[in-house]
Amino acid sequence: MMKKVYINSVGSISSQKTFDNDEFLNDIINYHTTNISVVNPNYKEYLDAGSARRMAKGIKMGVVASKIAMDEAGVESVDAVITGTGMGCVIDSEKFVSRLIDNNEEYLTPTSFIQSTHNTVGGQIALGIQCKGYNFTYVHSSSSFESALIDAKLQLTLDEASTILVGGIDELGPHMIQVHGLIKHIKQEKTIDNLAILNSGTEGAVFSEGANFFVLSNGKENTCYAELVDVEILNTLSKERLEQQVRSFLNQNKMTINDVDVIVLGNNGDVSFDEYYSVLTNGLFKNTQHTAYKHLSGEFKTVSSFGFWLGAKMLKTQSIPQIVKLNDNAPKAIKNVLIYNQYRGENHTFVMLRTC
Amino acid sequence: MGASIAITGMGMLSAIGNNVQENYDSLVQGKTGISKISRLSTIHKDSIMVGEIPYTNSAMEAMLGLPKNHSFSRTSLLGSLAAKQAVASAGIRDISKYKTGLISASTVGGMDMTEQYYYDYLENETHRRFIKEHPLGDGTNKIAQQIGLNESLVTTISTACSSAANAIIMGSRLIKAGKLDRVIVGGTDCLSKFTINGFKTLMILSDTYNTPFDENRKGLNLGEAAAYIVLESDKIVKAENRKVLGYVKGYGNTNDAFHQTASSENGDGATAAMEKTLKVAGVNPSQVDYINAHGTATPNNDLSEGRAIIRVFGKKVPPFSSTKAFTGHTLAAAGGVEAIYSILALQNNTIFPNLNFKTQMKEFNITPETHLVEKELQMVLSNSLGFGGNCTSVLFSKEP
Repeated sequence: MMKKVYINSVGSISSQKTFDNDEFLNDIINYHTTNISVVNPNYKEYLDAGSARRMAKGIKMGVVASKIAMDEAGVESVDAVITGTGMGCVIDSEKFVSRLIDNNEEYLTPTSFIQSTHNTVGGQIALGIQCKGYNFTYVHSSSSFESALIDAKLQLTLDEASTILVGGIDELGPHMIQVHGLIKHIKQEKTIDNLAILNSGTEGAVFSEGANFFVLSNGKENTCYAELVDVEILNTLSKERLEQQVRSFLNQNKMTINDVDVIVLGNNGDVSFDEYYSVLTNGLFKNTQHTAYKHLSGEFKTVSSFGFWLGAKMLKTQSIPQIVKLNDNAPKAIKNVLIYNQYRGENHTFVMLRTC
Repeated sequence: MGASIAITGMGMLSAIGNNVQENYDSLVQGKTGISKISRLSTIHKDSIMVGEIPYTNSAMEAMLGLPKNHSFSRTSLLGSLAAKQAVASAGIRDISKYKTGLISASTVGGMDMTEQYYYDYLENETHRRFIKEHPLGDGTNKIAQQIGLNESLVTTISTACSSAANAIIMGSRLIKAGKLDRVIVGGTDCLSKFTINGFKTLMILSDTYNTPFDENRKGLNLGEAAAYIVLESDKIVKAENRKVLGYVKGYGNTNDAFHQTASSENGDGATAAMEKTLKVAGVNPSQVDYINAHGTATPNNDLSEGRAIIRVFGKKVPPFSSTKAFTGHTLAAAGGVEAIYSILALQNNTIFPNLNFKTQMKEFNITPETHLVEKELQMVLSNSLGFGGNCTSVLFSKEP
């Protein structure tokens, strides 16, 4: 009765050149600032000129990343669209708030307000592909994307839907960058070597943006990247309780530590919170291949969708790019990949992927 | 639908009451919560009316026993109080005894603080603790903390005005699949200048009392509210000998895929959501005894929703009413508020009136219930429709 769930395609717009699915981190870009943007695809290849000009950044990234994923899966529509976003369309929210204050609530126009709604990206994707099915948006900080995954997985397992588009999107706004710098959630360094941030030894993260979309299905297609085995989110978790929770996650999937071939970690170079990952790399997964990605993508609330992309790509290509390796314990074959992420000690997520 | 989803607790604050009983009393007495705005300073104060909750933030801080330097937005204060009421009313003493989750809905989140300190943050350190409170998820985590939920599935849904109804759907599905034994679901949104001005620019705010399904309706009144219900599995109901208030019998979510803010003329999305709900529940349209409509009193919504109701129920449209004339449109919380009103309707066999209705709409001949009606009710359908084409229906029943 319970059906398996497969990742049949991917679409990624990130700070690296990831929109071309034929490549896998071949050319790496290094950045030297503490807030970074994405490598833009040629949006006009995917959108009409009017839309490409009119659409807010987050909407554009989301719509195009979803198109890349749908093209690869060879589907024109899906049964449901489920998105995760930690902040929603912040650029338009900031525009509306600042105009509201600056003009004392006068001379406002609706455009920014309409685009500021958190489910705008999900709504715009549905509108574009005329998907009249289920449409949800999760907005829960660093577990927004995984919340969307849980929802999709439940529907596909129970056969309530057969093909679902799932994605994580976040954009950066100027005010957001300013204020998160003030509270030191963004690193204070004037210039920084992003490829080396995981060993920075300083507080805060490098903020960025991006969109990663996936076509999930309970039918396995030729394009299949991986099987989505399980997803779990936890609002709180102490370092002392972390290993216990990992063990129970493995147990509920009838797996042991030795079944995990690669672990994808959410290290972002924040010395105050990366210790969570050290608990696992020095403990349970001491002898496992460790990988990390935020020195390539930066940090944003749905950046774990980039970690998900990385896990899926490694399983499909059966290769681990040198740039993501934190140690040298490469397995002969990659069968199971565990992805673990948290942001500032909250909203912990575990995702298990398996070769398909 | 397989395993049944029991509703065992409810908690809420709205413009017509600070708890479920007060809300019920106002509904029965036909007492509206709509008034001129008093708590927020806005240049629109003379041209709009709202559904405000009388509590000040400091009153709520005291009720929750928060320290002086806390970082709760008004949305989180309201949400915490309502969620605590819900947990208490279900008789939950040890929340971690069963696998429990929280799914909260919001659209505003910490925007009330952001709009207040937007530039102040840059100059002064005093209020910077609220920066982290801006995203919706941080507010939900605070509510989780207030009800003692740790190492749990806690998440937030934001699908505009259908958000809390969607939280009910996701919660029901998690119990149905055995992922959780218990889940607190609902939503919270406070009034903010951001939403007042946003809806103002869309020109859908009424300058007087909102009049759902009336020919001369002039738009909506915004309101603030927080409302949560406790969903529990058969296992808990049996083990704890729970008093069940009602059941989530079916649900449906669809997308209109028509326009970012407007509903399609014939309510395609709303029609599909109601049909899907009845199908999931395995019931016929004739078994629905009352519809608590979305009925925001905007020209577009009421026409589109009314047509959708006719498409689903044909010549036999059950009694329906919108309770927005009592509370105003409470955005993400609306689906939670109206879920509780639907359950109160079932418990008391009472249909609540659609206040302020005078003139029949000319596009169709269905008329909302304008008086309090006592009638045996078995099933109540609740609609929630939102921006982004989001359409949701939830069916509540007396029996599993």
